[in-house]
Amino acid sequence: MVIWAFLVFAVLAVVFTTLAVVHRSPVVNVLSLVMVFFFLAAIYAVLGMDFLAAIQLIVYSGAVLVLFLFVIMLLNIRRVERFGSGRPVQAALGAAAAIAVGALVVWAVRGLAPVTGGVTPDAFAGGTAAPIGRMLMTTYLFPFELISVVLVAALVGAIALARRES
Amino acid sequence: MWADVIVTLVKLGVVLAVMLTAVPIMVWVERRGSALIQDRLGPNRVGPFGLLQPVVDAVKLLTKEHLTPEGVNRFLYYLAPGIAMVVALSTFIVIPFGFDPGLELFGHPIHGFLVAPDLNIGVLYIFAVGSLGVYGIILAGWASNNKYALLGGIRSSAQMISYELAMTISVVSVLMTTGSFRLDRVVEHQSHAWLGFIPAWNVVPHILGAITFIIAVFAETNRLPFDLPEAEAELVAGYHTEYSSMKFAAFFMSEYINMVTASTLIVLLYFGGWSIGPVLAHPQGWGGALTSVAVFGLKVAFFLWFFVWVRWTLPRFRFDQLMAIGWKVMVPVAVLNFVLVGVMMALGWPV
Repeated sequence: MVIWAFLVFAVLAVVFTTLAVVHRSPVVNVLSLVMVFFFLAAIYAVLGMDFLAAIQLIVYSGAVLVLFLFVIMLLNIRRVERFGSGRPVQAALGAAAAIAVGALVVWAVRGLAPVTGGVTPDAFAGGTAAPIGRMLMTTYLFPFELISVVLVAALVGAIALARRES
Repeated sequence: MWADVIVTLVKLGVVLAVMLTAVPIMVWVERRGSALIQDRLGPNRVGPFGLLQPVVDAVKLLTKEHLTPEGVNRFLYYLAPGIAMVVALSTFIVIPFGFDPGLELFGHPIHGFLVAPDLNIGVLYIFAVGSLGVYGIILAGWASNNKYALLGGIRSSAQMISYELAMTISVVSVLMTTGSFRLDRVVEHQSHAWLGFIPAWNVVPHILGAITFIIAVFAETNRLPFDLPEAEAELVAGYHTEYSSMKFAAFFMSEYINMVTASTLIVLLYFGGWSIGPVLAHPQGWGGALTSVAVFGLKVAFFLWFFVWVRWTLPRFRFDQLMAIGWKVMVPVAVLNFVLVGVMMALGWPV
């Protein structure tokens, strides 16, 4: 049951990821990305990570991608050039970089031990709010604080750039 | 297992029926209420007190011609009202409509007046699904191929993102004192009294948060004084300028359903849900449980009236004022509330 739900969501996520890359209308690209994040959230939910699923939707679908859509509409881009057309060198470089990153991910995951005994709901109950909060405040306190500083720096940078005109 | 499936389906059906009935009633309340406030009569021809007016309106909207303007992106144009409607209707599964004293029906537990009793993220689910609602409006604006509609859609996305922040921060302080995302726990936390007679509602310790939250939900539901996405004087009808018949009705209904969600959230988070101090904190049997549902309904009805009342009392903000209030007042006040509540918790005060 769980494995079938996972397979359906995973396949749909891959389909929409492809659409996000190859479709020529930027609005459709962003909407496909919304669907990708939606199905990723569904996979989290199937694995019992309710909290992560909700955060995934709130942060990515609810905020980040709305801003993407906002920018596309303000710039009024109706069509983008077909994938890989016009600039062969950049296209080749991009493809090579993508393959390199993919190979890196495979290489990194290869060493992990597989989960035995099948996937069950609640297999990763660590994905609920309480354990995540505890880990952020203990094990990962330093990276957590560091990310906040980085975000504040980005915020200050954006304001500085916006105010330079006046 | 099948019994649970049937119980859940029945609950879904009942909740959907109640929501879809609430819409025409609210439309009637809105029109008669506005007439009362503006000292005129309002619709009073169809049925007693004009009560059947929404039925006539529904028939009119259903039988109107479907117009599709030229040059629209058809798929997105038809998808947008659907998104608005689906999002509005699917937030209800985590809202507890009353207290559950372990009710059973035909010897089977029904897990209270809550469609999804096992979902432990509660209010986060509402924010997660609700955050998708903005897509309905942006897409309607963009797909319509109309500059007023586009301006309405863009305003709406800016407005909803800005006010979502203040809203979420005020809710976080409530969740902090409760220690759970579940809305029934939030009510449980408020089901006692201070000094024996003051209901321990969150609105007292979280007064700044409650005010911020109520203002923010007005903005989130696009109601006056925050109905900038469809400001008639500037934008024709904003994002739904090009929508007619049932496609318009879908936006209209989703606005009213969102109002009901917002009112239930205000009551659950800040006004004790179905409890009045220790009264109705743990009612027994079917009678007690249904009384708790009725009390909850009355409180929600008051806030629905509040929405109508405010709409016909206050004028609309200008857009720059709206953004300035959102970022320079609402967010700092919500953060201040968060810090104050944190300090009160650290001092061991009963919050």
